Parts: sequence; structure tokens; C-alpha cells
Amino acid sequence: MDAHAHAAGGHHELEIPYNVHPRPDTGLYNAKFGVWLFLASEVMLFGALFSSYILLRSGAPNWPRGWEFLDVRLATLNTFILIASSVTVIMAWSYLRLGDLKKGRIFIALTLLCSFGFLIVKGFEYTHEFHEHRLPSTNNFMAIYFTLTGLHGLHVIGGMVVFAYLLLIGHKMWHTERERYTNRIEVIGLYWHFVDLVWIFLFPTLYLM
Amino acid sequence: MDHDVTHEHAHHGHTPEEIRKEMRVYLIIFGALALLTGLTVWACYGLQMPPHKAILIALLIAGTKGFLVAGFFMHLLNEKKLIYGVLILTVFFFGVLLWGPWHHVYDMFGK
Repeated sequence: MDAHAHAAGGHHELEIPYNVHPRPDTGLYNAKFGVWLFLASEVMLFGALFSSYILLRSGAPNWPRGWEFLDVRLATLNTFILIASSVTVIMAWSYLRLGDLKKGRIFIALTLLCSFGFLIVKGFEYTHEFHEHRLPSTNNFMAIYFTLTGLHGLHVIGGMVVFAYLLLIGHKMWHTERERYTNRIEVIGLYWHFVDLVWIFLFPTLYLM
Repeated sequence: MDHDVTHEHAHHGHTPEEIRKEMRVYLIIFGALALLTGLTVWACYGLQMPPHKAILIALLIAGTKGFLVAGFFMHLLNEKKLIYGVLILTVFFFGVLLWGPWHHVYDMFGK
């Protein structure tokens, strides 16, 4: 067991177990297993909303087709942006595994830039919808559209907060615990790929079907 | 460039050459995802298919893209059994989540 307490400078430091090396029973370090459990709960959260969408759509005599009034070009652009950000975060992790912090940080910054871009484009879309008086109260389609894209947008913002921390403050850990910092990028990367994965299904569901 | 981390990751079976090879695969997957996105838009929006065809094609392409992201970016093609166990449970309960409301709705028909 790699957990131990030791006295240092008059105070006790407790090392968190298995935050770098895998647990013998799970074969995973704790943060990675933890984020997979979290993602499982996220599947249920978005799953409940997708289920609501299917239920509303299958129960409606007429269901609007998103591309008739939503901006497909902006949504396509956002899909490319989010896919690109998935690549930049995994490139950041790869460069950190190669021991190159500088390139790792450049790719984390690119991921952050992509996520900003995604939100700006989404902001344009929302502004246009509000301008056209299409609000969550307009009909069931707009209600589920704003709920799903709004919740997804909140996840993007959550990811951005973590990326900003790891880019600006958290990278100091590199100088003391390199593998732990690299693992942190892997874990936020898993979360980010999930956010991308949700959008991959949201895009055709809301805009193209 | 410092190679300490590479050595620390050696127990995962990744040499610098293997990591660089993986990075090339990620770029290929990126290209495939971009291509599939273009294909979805062309098929469903460009051709303006009827809803049942658009739903089928959009979900098939989205499923393929999801497989690429989960399989390669999230490394699910080569993950520990415990993760597969968690995901099988998740898929089961996700199925229950979809089946429950539908079952209720279709049970109401004719009543």
C-alpha cells in the first residue's frame, strides 16, 4: 500500500493512495476509475433527456424538423470545433507522456480556445433564436432544444474551468509529480471526449432529423 | 525535452515511438470524424431526406463517430475489464430508461 503518513516540518501529510499507480484490484488509478463512474452517471443524465425527446417526438402529431429554422451551418461548424478540441486534448496528453510540457500546454491552450469558440458560436445561435422569438416556451421542440444544448453548454463551461486551471495554475505539479499531472490531463480528456460524444448525437438529433 | 515521464509510463507498455504512432492514429481518426460529419450534413440536410431515412442514416453515422471517439480517443478498445463492467451496467440501465416511458405510452394505445 502506497498510503503513508509522515511528519514534515511539524505537520502531518497524508498521501492519497493510488493517484498515480494502479490499484492492484482494479488495475486503474483511482481518478481514472472515478471519472468513468462519473461518466456513467452522466450517460444516465443525458439518457433521461434523450428519452424525453423520443417520447415527446413519438407522441406528437407533427414534429418540426430542426434544419427548417435552426442554423445548420453554425451547428456543423461547432461540430468541427468540438471534434478538433478532442484531438487537441489527446495530443496534449500524448506530448506530456513524451515529457514535453511546453507542447502539452500549447495543446491544452488550443483546447481551451476551441471550447471558447464553441460557446461563441452557440451564443450567436441562441441570440438568433431569441431574436426570432423562439423561446423554450414556444413549443416542445424548442423546450427540449434549449434544455439539451443548455445542459451540454454547461458541461463545456465546466471543462473550460478545469482546462484553465490545469493550464495556468495546475501545471506547477509537473515539476514535482509529473505522472500525476499527466494523469489529470488524461482524466479531464476522458470527460471532454464524453462532452464531444454527446454533441455527436445531439447535432443530428436536433438539427438534421 | 525531458524523457522522465516516458520512462515512468514504461509500465503501461508505451515507448516514445509507440506514443508517436498513436498520435498519427489520432490525426487519422480526426480526419474520419470530419469526413463523417460532412457526410451526415450532406445526406440529411443536403438531400433533405424524408424523416425515417434521415433518422436511420443520421443515427448510423453518429454511431460510427461515437465508436471512433470512444474506441480510440477514450481507449475503450483496450481498456480494463472493470470499465467494461461499469459500461455494460450503464447501457442496461440506459435501455431501461428508454424502454420504461415507451412501454407506458404504447400500453395506453386504444384505451
